[in-house]
Amino acid sequence: MTLDYAIFLISAAVAVFGATMMIMQRNPVASVLYLILSLVAQAVVYVQLGALFLGAILIVVYAGAILVLFLFVIMLLNLRSNPELSASLPPLGWFTKVAVPVLMVVELYFVVDRVIWPPVPTGIVGKNPDFGSVETVATMMFTDYMYPLQLTGVLLLVAVVGAVVIARRESAEPRKTTASPDNRNEQPIDTVAG
Amino acid sequence: MVPIHAYLMLAMILFGIGAFGVLVSRNVIVMFMSVELMLNAANLVLIAFSRALGVVDGHVFVFLVLAVAAAEAAVGLAMIITIYRNRETINIDRYNLLKW
Amino acid sequence: MVDYVSTVNPDFSLIAPELALLIAASLVMVFIPWRRMPVLAPGIIMVGFIAAFAYALGQWGHQSSGFAGMVTCDNFGVMFKLIFIVASVLSILLIGQYMKSRGIDKPEFFVLIAISAIGMMAMANTTDLVVMFIGLEVMSLPLYVLAGFNRRSLESNEAGIKYFLMGAFATAFLLMGIAFIYGASGTTNLRQVVTDFNYIAAGRGMYLYAGVAMIMIGFGFKVGAVPFHAWIPDVYHGAPTPVTAFFSVAPKAAAVAVLLRIFLYGFADVALVTKAFWILAVLTMTIGNILALRQDNVKRMLAYSSIAHAGYILVAITVGTQEAISAAIFYVVAYTFFNLGAFAIIALLETRMGAQSEFSELAGLSKSAPWIAVLLAVFMFALSGFPPTVGFFGKFYIFRAAVESNFITLAVIGVLNSFLSVYYYLRVVKTCYFDDVTEAQKPVFVPATVGLALIITTFGTIGLGLFPQQLLDFTRQAIFAFL
Repeated sequence: MTLDYAIFLISAAVAVFGATMMIMQRNPVASVLYLILSLVAQAVVYVQLGALFLGAILIVVYAGAILVLFLFVIMLLNLRSNPELSASLPPLGWFTKVAVPVLMVVELYFVVDRVIWPPVPTGIVGKNPDFGSVETVATMMFTDYMYPLQLTGVLLLVAVVGAVVIARRESAEPRKTTASPDNRNEQPIDTVAG
Repeated sequence: MVPIHAYLMLAMILFGIGAFGVLVSRNVIVMFMSVELMLNAANLVLIAFSRALGVVDGHVFVFLVLAVAAAEAAVGLAMIITIYRNRETINIDRYNLLKW
Repeated sequence: MVDYVSTVNPDFSLIAPELALLIAASLVMVFIPWRRMPVLAPGIIMVGFIAAFAYALGQWGHQSSGFAGMVTCDNFGVMFKLIFIVASVLSILLIGQYMKSRGIDKPEFFVLIAISAIGMMAMANTTDLVVMFIGLEVMSLPLYVLAGFNRRSLESNEAGIKYFLMGAFATAFLLMGIAFIYGASGTTNLRQVVTDFNYIAAGRGMYLYAGVAMIMIGFGFKVGAVPFHAWIPDVYHGAPTPVTAFFSVAPKAAAVAVLLRIFLYGFADVALVTKAFWILAVLTMTIGNILALRQDNVKRMLAYSSIAHAGYILVAITVGTQEAISAAIFYVVAYTFFNLGAFAIIALLETRMGAQSEFSELAGLSKSAPWIAVLLAVFMFALSGFPPTVGFFGKFYIFRAAVESNFITLAVIGVLNSFLSVYYYLRVVKTCYFDDVTEAQKPVFVPATVGLALIITTFGTIGLGLFPQQLLDFTRQAIFAFL
């Protein structure tokens, strides 16, 4: 067992552990923290595969910005641990819902296993030190991938507009409206201690 | 040296956990985070293939996917805030005005 | 220093329609705080759509690619661009009165529709999977927001969040599929995949199967094929009705465009694709129609019927001959007109206070608003596929193509399904004309914009039904340029 292999096994184990804990938590804050743990472990794997730039981006942008946004929303809504939110299902439901992803993974395992790759140098230092560096990625991004990059700009623009339209609270709007005038089938709103 | 299969298997397992999380969770925020995990598993596959093929196209795509995930997060969280204001719960089972 | 400009070839005339729309949308966004914007916004966006239409027409007949092969301009893409523009313009025409009656008329609405249309155009206008993916996201994000646009309505909130979660889930599958195709072929451009197909299939063919299956699941969600249809009725029911009209047409057309491009151009040689589509088509038609039978809400009924219509288009994709592809495009055009027409009338009736678009509310419509009742009947006949309307020819061409290629069983199942659907479409007509009125009918006010939309859709439904051959010739041209 080489050092690379050991690093891979440890980070893979941490990534899977973090992901599993994330979906099992009752407390949304703990879920976010476990997802960050999993992402940090995945960043190590990225670096092993030569994606130095993306490994850094994954931590800075994903763990650092996107998941902090999640945390921010959870804090804003003041969500706390709630037994109602733990994953629980009737036995039959468990069976089908476990079976679907497990079957998928098993099937994909056989797919992956059928293709034989020539041994590829992986590890912190690969064959080509330029592979995955900022320069190579950026050159490609601003030449061949210019059009998708511009489209992504449009996407971010519309995300801002959309988020503002959906979440902005107008001054005239009362703080809590339980039903709109055009909503006839009003029913009592279950208030959960949240 | 770690074979490329190992990385792909890790990605598959993470993808499966993400899909499972979307199916079983009742917390909208956790469902959403599971989807993000699935996107990350796909990113890992792209990066592993990039390495195996020796081209960086996959890296650029992953970068764009990260931007997509950020955009989705902004819109999705805005929606969660709105529905929480109206319903005061993030339990998906209680969003039951429409027959799901 | 490499000369990047000449290798990349950034030819902006290829994306002129998208740019026109983007400029219009940006103008509205910049001036949103201006007080007169709510009045001006529809006009500005409309001008953008008209310019986009003109530019798209100008692209007809040209075949070229640019931006390092990321953009491919051909008749197929132009045809779908025109469909998206018509669907968006008709939806915008429906919106004014509906939104005002609910106090949610905001200029952002038009921006979201325009940017969604940009995403659809980008999807139709490329052979590259990366661009398709990003285009799909640019299309979908505004749609999630539009579904939840009526923030004060709990149903609209719920529709938004459900649509968002299902959409993001489907996106993850799609991305995984694209990743596997990248792994198999080392490229994301379908043109490259087609060129090297035999080499790829020999070496890493298994990845191709996995990728194709995942992409099929992802787009199955997007077009609403059974068993990935669960979100459709809820989202269509909860979203504001003009938005539902938009949902039921434009994103479906975009998904069909990409399905045709990926599966009939890119992976035409992957065995099993035909079988998988066969099963999807049969399930989608049959289950869509059976569930539509039991609905008491007109919007939900139309939601299930839109699932069934996606099934008919899947029949054409299963058959996959040139004739079938032109029939599929024909069907998408026809469906755009009559489905939007039907939703226009439902939206119109909903502007009456308290309307929930239940079947019972239609009773006595023939007396209180005879013209509206006549138009509703026309659209229902078109949806069920009666002859002089374009709905008949849409189905006829698809099933003819199926029979010609020996998909007899599929064609028979499709025809039986059409007969099944007649029941619930005619139930609408029956309620309008023959049911007793329980309470006094409120008069229906038809604003000028909705009137215009109704005239266009009626003209499309009946006019194209009288001259189907002309449209079919047009769609055939779109197919022979299938680059």
